[in-house]
Amino acid sequence: MTTPTRKGSALDFTHGRVDLTHGGGGRAMAQLVEELFVAAFDNDLLRQRNDQACFAVDAGRMVMTTDGYVISPMFFPGGDIGSLAVHGTVNDVAMAGAVPIALSASFILEEGLPLADLRRIVQSMAAASIEVGVPIVTGDTKVVEKGKGDGLFISTTGIGRVPPGVEISGDRARPGDRILVSGTLGDHGVAVMSQRESLGFETTLKSDSAALHRLVADMVAAVPGLHCLRDPTRGGLAATLNELAGQSGVGMMIHEVAIPLRPEVLGACELLGLDPLYVANEGKLIAICPPESAEALLAVMRAHPLGTNAAIIGEVVADDHHFVQMETAFGGRRMVDWLAGEQLPRIC
Amino acid sequence: MKYIDEYRDGATARAIAAAIRAEADPGRSYALMEFCGGHTHAISRYGIEDLLPAHVRMIHGPGCPVCVLPIGRIDGAIALARQPGLILCTYGDLLRVPGSGRTSLLKVKAEGADVRMVYSAADSLKIARDNPDRPVVFFAIGFETTTPPTALVLQQAKALKLSNFSVFCNHVLTPAAIASILESPEVRALGTVPLDGFIGPAHVSTVIGSRPYDYFAEEYQKPVVIAGFEPLDVLQAILMLVRQLNEGRYEVENEFSRAVTREGNRKAQAVVAEVFELRRRFEWRGLGQVPYSALRIKAPYAEWDAEKRFDLPDRSVPDVKACDCGAILRGLKKPADCRLFGKACTPESPMGSCMVSAEGACAAYWTYGRFRHAQQGTA
Repeated sequence: MTTPTRKGSALDFTHGRVDLTHGGGGRAMAQLVEELFVAAFDNDLLRQRNDQACFAVDAGRMVMTTDGYVISPMFFPGGDIGSLAVHGTVNDVAMAGAVPIALSASFILEEGLPLADLRRIVQSMAAASIEVGVPIVTGDTKVVEKGKGDGLFISTTGIGRVPPGVEISGDRARPGDRILVSGTLGDHGVAVMSQRESLGFETTLKSDSAALHRLVADMVAAVPGLHCLRDPTRGGLAATLNELAGQSGVGMMIHEVAIPLRPEVLGACELLGLDPLYVANEGKLIAICPPESAEALLAVMRAHPLGTNAAIIGEVVADDHHFVQMETAFGGRRMVDWLAGEQLPRIC
Repeated sequence: MKYIDEYRDGATARAIAAAIRAEADPGRSYALMEFCGGHTHAISRYGIEDLLPAHVRMIHGPGCPVCVLPIGRIDGAIALARQPGLILCTYGDLLRVPGSGRTSLLKVKAEGADVRMVYSAADSLKIARDNPDRPVVFFAIGFETTTPPTALVLQQAKALKLSNFSVFCNHVLTPAAIASILESPEVRALGTVPLDGFIGPAHVSTVIGSRPYDYFAEEYQKPVVIAGFEPLDVLQAILMLVRQLNEGRYEVENEFSRAVTREGNRKAQAVVAEVFELRRRFEWRGLGQVPYSALRIKAPYAEWDAEKRFDLPDRSVPDVKACDCGAILRGLKKPADCRLFGKACTPESPMGSCMVSAEGACAAYWTYGRFRHAQQGTA
């Protein structure tokens, strides 16, 4: 790499690129960590400058989760890989009904990545972390040779605390329970697809990438007896309902006319031959609750800005085959099966 | 969504379904074949069979281009993909079709071959222009609908003198396949497969027009109704077929008049005629060797013909022994009749081609309809 990465003593965020010294453990790496990561994520725990963050926690049950982010392209309408890496992991913590406490972040950088892109992503991640109120307290940076990565991969791990009395788990769906979604489906997947040059279509649609922990807090407060929560990311609604049906040993019946979908998403799916039920979301959740709490849960979801289009879309049924079925708008019935193979590459 | 919702309206569907129930004679049965995979998919996805009385039965035809491609041609594409430096461009569905020796394009891609999924023939031409130092082959398949775009890229490649580009042509013809089904002993002599009428292709007919079906209606005395791929199109076509059969008529009717004319798309037909000519015979999965049923690249375009440029294996490979794809493609069996269905053969690990494409009868049954077999205790 011959491009100078330093302008004077500071990092050159205009023309500079990541090179192997940024992961080499020397002064260049220390400079990148100080001038970019510590500066952006700044908080008391990170400022301890240890290989780990040390903090006290309340007594009770904790949750821990981890997720890798490899999305291509790194920037998309409504977000980027940085904000996604915060929202996605906060959501995985929140889907246990837990209050997120802290995140870690690990970066795998490819040699040649423009420092301007890296800074934009790190700043977006820092902004998302402040907005959701969950600090990034520890991290790691590695650099791989050109051709051995795709610009940038991020891994984040999150921990959270489950409020007393909350028992949310994928194995708790019972026949008769109602199935709710927090809003329109498929927005993220279609927004990302629109950025792929080979697909050649434009849309005003934005990714729904958002952190759902505050919505979840309202839901848990209103209906503490909530049975299941899950965010329908890869594989969309279809994959998530099949997971929950299998885990709980039940079947599900959903109603096509009740599923909220934007016309832009329907149009793009029509054009590309995709089924919106299989398209990824990054700011939506599926909730399953006892039938008597369904209306109260729907009301509290619709009162939150991230749940204005929430809807009751179906119910849990007894079924030894654990099938997810849908009553079509047309009046027939069909399975909503697991996705076979891969509908699209790398959208989260 | 405007211009889509109108063709998926539940209330209209119930009205047409009621008319079918009222008009279908309970004293006889109606065995109707939808030729196209697009129709098979619509029937399964919208649950159309739930709306039909038991004596109106749909038989799924061979109109799924991925399903009818014989293993030998997949092996040819795999051999191409394994050539060092070569880029093989293909439609997504083909990646997972098993070739012989349990391999597939997806597997050779994982081994390091450069196999790229494209959405159109034009994408492969662009890849060839962007990679002038590497041979780029477009693995072309499909019925009359996808043939004109392939013809166009061949014309463009010739005009651009694009020497690194070529086409592995596997385009097949609908009328020849319908004739093959109607000529099969099960239908013609033995009568073991009742076949009372056809739902004619949607997109294919926009290109070839409705005229080519006249022959089937006259010669075999079977009614044909050309229908669009929306669920209401399919239901309406079923009603039209029931009426023709009740009245003893066997005519070609056009339900899809919003897109199909009698003569078809003359411009597209001219482009195809300029670039392609008939093969004397071509192997179809399920149907075997079918005379004059496929196209090959004409001599003036030979330079862009991958079959001439590369040394491709050209041999017939039998299907997996227990696989019933052949019988299913001819309407002899239903997907659930196959011993492998849902056991050794699923969309995740397909043994036969009918399980690969979303338009294949087995994949459509498995993905959308297997609760019906589960209810009957057969799966």
